[in-house]
Amino acid sequence: MSTIIATLGTGRARRLRAALTVLLAAAVAVGAPFYFAPFQVFQLTMVLLYAVALAGLNLLVGFGGQISLGHGAFFAAGAYTAAVMLDRYDTGHLATLPVAAAGCFLLGLGFGVPALRLRGLYLALVTLAFAVFLPPLLKRLEPVTGGSMGLTVDKLQPPAWSGLAEDQWLYLVVLAVTAVALLLARNLLRSRVGRALLAVRDNESAAEVMGVRLSLHKTLAFAWSAMFAGVAGCLYTWVIGFVSPDSFSFVLSITLLAGLVVGGLASLYGPLLGAAFVMYVPSVSQDVSEAAPGVVFGLLIITVMFVAPTGLAGLPGRVRAAVARRLPRRAPTSARTPEAESAPDGEPEPDAESGPESLAESGPGGDPESLAESAPDAEESAAASAPDVSPKSPAASDPSATDTPADLAVADAEPVGAPPRTEKE
Amino acid sequence: MLAVDGISVRFGGITALDGVGFTVEPGTAVGLIGPNGAGKTTLFNCLTRRCTPDAGTVRFEGEDLLALPPHAVAGRGIARTFQNLGLFPRLTVRENVMVGAHSRGRTGHLAAALRLPRVRREERELREQADDLLRRLGLADVADHPASGLPFGTLKRVELARALAVRPRLLLLDEPVNGLSHGEVDQFADLVRSVRQDFDLTLVVVEHHMGFVMGLCDKVVCLDFGRKIAEGSPEEIQRDASVIEAYLGVAA
Ligand SMILES: Nc1ncnc2c1ncn2[C@@H]1O[C@H](COP(=O)(O)OP(=O)(O)OP(=O)(O)O)[C@@H](O)[C@H]1O
Ligand SMILES: [Mg+2]
Repeated sequence: MSTIIATLGTGRARRLRAALTVLLAAAVAVGAPFYFAPFQVFQLTMVLLYAVALAGLNLLVGFGGQISLGHGAFFAAGAYTAAVMLDRYDTGHLATLPVAAAGCFLLGLGFGVPALRLRGLYLALVTLAFAVFLPPLLKRLEPVTGGSMGLTVDKLQPPAWSGLAEDQWLYLVVLAVTAVALLLARNLLRSRVGRALLAVRDNESAAEVMGVRLSLHKTLAFAWSAMFAGVAGCLYTWVIGFVSPDSFSFVLSITLLAGLVVGGLASLYGPLLGAAFVMYVPSVSQDVSEAAPGVVFGLLIITVMFVAPTGLAGLPGRVRAAVARRLPRRAPTSARTPEAESAPDGEPEPDAESGPESLAESGPGGDPESLAESAPDAEESAAASAPDVSPKSPAASDPSATDTPADLAVADAEPVGAPPRTEKE
Repeated sequence: MLAVDGISVRFGGITALDGVGFTVEPGTAVGLIGPNGAGKTTLFNCLTRRCTPDAGTVRFEGEDLLALPPHAVAGRGIARTFQNLGLFPRLTVRENVMVGAHSRGRTGHLAAALRLPRVRREERELREQADDLLRRLGLADVADHPASGLPFGTLKRVELARALAVRPRLLLLDEPVNGLSHGEVDQFADLVRSVRQDFDLTLVVVEHHMGFVMGLCDKVVCLDFGRKIAEGSPEEIQRDASVIEAYLGVAA
């Protein structure tokens, strides 16, 4: 009985802590545009909108176990939907968002159907073909799309009452859309539907035996995923005010996928880290080497994958595990100090209750640099808490399938749940 | 309850099942035995629509099972475990069990994304049910642990819990105690007996462990090379010449 009360107590404390984290993160996120220079605010805005696209891609690739090398095309479709609506029909910005979202949802649904029959490399190839084929098509449809010249449209303007500068207003609007998008994605994942998706990823035939309708969930995963990319594209048009076929070459699709993998597949805040990567690393590479930014970009990806094979989001967990493997032998006596007990505060919140929102907003809202630094930070706190990491600690953490520690455990463990050998597919 | 009649399955040149038929009465436990490659798992696959027989019928409570799409089987009250474990390694133990309740849930994609109040309610209910099952099977301690990396014996129980979450009336167990130590086999047998009682289950069990089969089952069906070679009470089967021949003949 007392244990129940105790857990209730900690449950409430955790909830309170989560609420505070969310509030703090929201405050930082909302305050950011008033602190940074316009160009930096613009960059943060781009990080946010890429995060929407990556969250969508994550639904499909990270949580759904499928693959798409064509998400740049959905992104482009959303961007062009908005641009054409603004250019030809003068609909106003707000109307473009639902249309882009719905249009790309349907487009994704259309792609999800053939995707049912394709897997792995074949699916990658077909989606890549879509991404390769879209820019020339956009050039051809000149009367509507403006051909290779593209379309220039009005950016979203701040209303007079707000008294905000354009970059600040754009940032805040994109922040709001991103927060809603990430919340939707999280809601999906934390439900029967999300579990079904994860189950299909982990073991298709077992999922089907449990009553999961594979075709339904796989196609809808594609549709959601495309919708998120389309929304991101729409925001892109609002922010940049210009679309052209060359902005959406197939390289964009590959960059998005690379960003997601670097940020952390199947992690709720991996997309934010990945988006920062997509946004900042190309320009950093440009600074490092004028001649060959691509080489630097590639090398950075390789480095990250080498150091953190589960992505940046998985890094703290890996470090924690590595430290835990080493430390207990050295410092078993200090295991139960109060610091050790409270240390998890410093970790990226593994609590599914609070994780996504807080991280969603704290990430890009705060300085992107702090994002990059959060890994070493976590490292330190991990080191501090290491004596506390007993073999039981994974069980003590919250039951989110998407926890990085959980993913990590899988990466290191034997595939116990491998599909039965004798199943006829 | 279950009536299998004359089903045949061929994989290329191999005839995995050849005109097998038997019935399962409600509330009974039927053992399915036979040497390796006899077609036992293939038979289970037919019952759960993992594979479609080339001939024959399967009726469950009068309904033609072979006419159902694979995902609808669970909703009819049939659950199974897998020979080599069919868990979802990256989900936690609790989530694995909650997936078992998938066919009883109603939440669709849109409702889930908006997290409507009824979605919250359903989640809470499913979670409580899962936790009850986990407690029942002594898995409460590992509820939040990912399914990978747990001891094999624990995973076997997790898979049983997941199958029970379907709320099945017919439960198919494919080699539930293979790979378990002596003590664990006895524990698992007790567990199966007690859940069979409590959940009012009809069982079909594939198992090489004869003690387990003979202790649990009311009737035993023996397959060899896809053919049914014997059917009867455990005592009859143990004395049956063709069964002994099938098992020893392999060695001889
Ligand atoms: N998907 C498949 N494709 C081709 N052949 C298969 C397939 N599944 C099973 N078989 C073959 O069918 C035969 C029966 O296999 P099955 O797995 O049903 O045997 P079993 O009785 O379960 O054996 P065990 O005791 O080893 O589990 C075997 O010869 C096997 O090789
Ligand atoms: Mg078998």
